[in-house]
Amino acid sequence: MMDAADVAFTEAAVGAGVSTLLLLKTLALTRRYAKPQKQRNWLALSIVTITGCLLIYGTSDLPAYGSADAPAHQHLSAHYLEKSVEETGVPNVVTAILASYRGFDTMGELVVIFIAGIGVLSLISPTEKVKASSGLFLQQHTVLRIVGKMLMPLIMMFALYVQFHGDYGPGGGFQAGVIFASAMILYSILFGPEAVRAVISDRVTRLLAAFGILLYAGTGFAAMVNGGAFLDYTFLGSEQVAAQLLGILLVELGVGITVAAVMVRVFLEFDQRPVIKLPLLKLPVTNKGDR
Amino acid sequence: MPDQLAYWLIIGLMMIGLYIVIAHANLIKKIIGLSIMQISVFMLYIGIAYVEGGAIPIIDANTILYSNPIPHVLILTAIVVGIATVALAMALIIRINEAFGTIEEDELAAGAGEQ
Repeated sequence: MMDAADVAFTEAAVGAGVSTLLLLKTLALTRRYAKPQKQRNWLALSIVTITGCLLIYGTSDLPAYGSADAPAHQHLSAHYLEKSVEETGVPNVVTAILASYRGFDTMGELVVIFIAGIGVLSLISPTEKVKASSGLFLQQHTVLRIVGKMLMPLIMMFALYVQFHGDYGPGGGFQAGVIFASAMILYSILFGPEAVRAVISDRVTRLLAAFGILLYAGTGFAAMVNGGAFLDYTFLGSEQVAAQLLGILLVELGVGITVAAVMVRVFLEFDQRPVIKLPLLKLPVTNKGDR
Repeated sequence: MPDQLAYWLIIGLMMIGLYIVIAHANLIKKIIGLSIMQISVFMLYIGIAYVEGGAIPIIDANTILYSNPIPHVLILTAIVVGIATVALAMALIIRINEAFGTIEEDELAAGAGEQ
């Protein structure tokens, strides 16, 4: 629609699987029914209306939707579109900017994902070994289990294709990581989290999540050792384009590994959290001790 | 059709999200509202990147006009960061529910007042 293939790809991979599942899992772990609202919140409605009107008034200063001579398209992006093939050898400009021109920014984003993963682990990872929630996965659906098993290698192969074809078509580390994680999550839904743990243990996901960032930063430091700036891939080899391609490949691999490991681990933690049964209606804080 | 109609629709979506955040006491609904706002911001960026008649920004010898790749890059990473932060928020909500037995904001506030 808006010619943003990479973004659409990412949103499809994230929105269709991971986010919905996390939401459902949280609902299952907390409570299914919200307290009914007492009345319409007129104050909130008026605030929202006023804000909306102000924002719409603000759009009158924006350049017309879809106009090619808008200021946003003039300076850097024109340079990237003209020079990226020559400078990095990557026809997909989104990948070139993501991994090379704005490599430092992407590394920061990756660290945010890593830290969010650590946060989830420290919040809901069980302190002692608990028995995984059993019986919830689809034991009795033979057709689903067999079809799921058949799809598993295809999904993983597609993830690898997306990972390594990201230079030439839509794709890259972020999408591939999420797709790979979806395969694992599908496996977890069908056969239970213990089956996934048998393939990738908690120790492995923890190490892989850190390894991805290390690979990313290591590529940056390798460029520094060779005399360039941090993440300046040109110094990774003798020829500029080949060196850039190598750098982008390594960095995207680091992104893919960390994203996949964090997503799988976060889902497993949500999946194995025992449901704590509480009375459905309101239960104000009764015990100061259990905070 | 006015020039800015796409932006107006996006602002409408953003305001729906903002209303949910303000008006609903249920913490999970608040996070859903925040996600809706987040998606509207993504759409705003992608809308700004759109060029009428432009192609997907993958360089091809026969194409001259492309959409702007920079917002695509920003949003691409933001989507995955967004899901990671939503996961963190959900983990917090689960812990709040386990500690206080409720995820309704007014009940939580009343409980805090009693202590």
